[in-house]
Amino acid sequence: MADIIYLIAGAIALAAIVLAFVRMIIGPSSADRVVGLDVMTIISISLIVFLALILERSIYVDIALVYGLISFVGVIAVARYLERGL
Amino acid sequence: MEIAGAIITLIGSLFLFLGALGLLRMPDIFNRMQAGTKATTMGTILFLSGIAMGHYESLGAGKILILILFIIFTNPLSSHALSRAAHHIGIPLAKKTVKDDLAKDEKKEEGGQL
Repeated sequence: MADIIYLIAGAIALAAIVLAFVRMIIGPSSADRVVGLDVMTIISISLIVFLALILERSIYVDIALVYGLISFVGVIAVARYLERGL
Repeated sequence: MEIAGAIITLIGSLFLFLGALGLLRMPDIFNRMQAGTKATTMGTILFLSGIAMGHYESLGAGKILILILFIIFTNPLSSHALSRAAHHIGIPLAKKTVKDDLAKDEKKEEGGQL
């Protein structure tokens, strides 16, 4: 019972990634694309922890942590570049 | 305990989906950014804490707790930096916007310097 609810939750999160990907493709300005990429990475952090649950490998939680760190640094760097500060 | 964690994970995934839907349908970039940041922060907190509740002995709930704290601290910070940059490079606001205090403040600051 609980496994089926977990699988439904993962499928809904995967659909959310598709919507954010559409915004990243059609976004009119570059900041729109970066927002789409940011939302995609945040949902993928959830999905990596979900994969750690499904595949029973607890090392994937560390991968999610490092992925979040790199995403944060990337968004800050793009924001500084857009502001002509870099 | 596992059923409760699964239901909390399902609610979190609904928050994630609504955030991505708002990202697709909002009219300008600042509305998109607030939909895509607040709703996905809440959704990620619920999703990860649901997983940590259901399987705290096999996955190590401490690491997931560190991940939740990290997302709470960094997600609004990156969104704020990006929205300030978007306002600075002059991306137009939606037509329904009634108030823009940051533009007024920036103009006043330039006048004071000159």
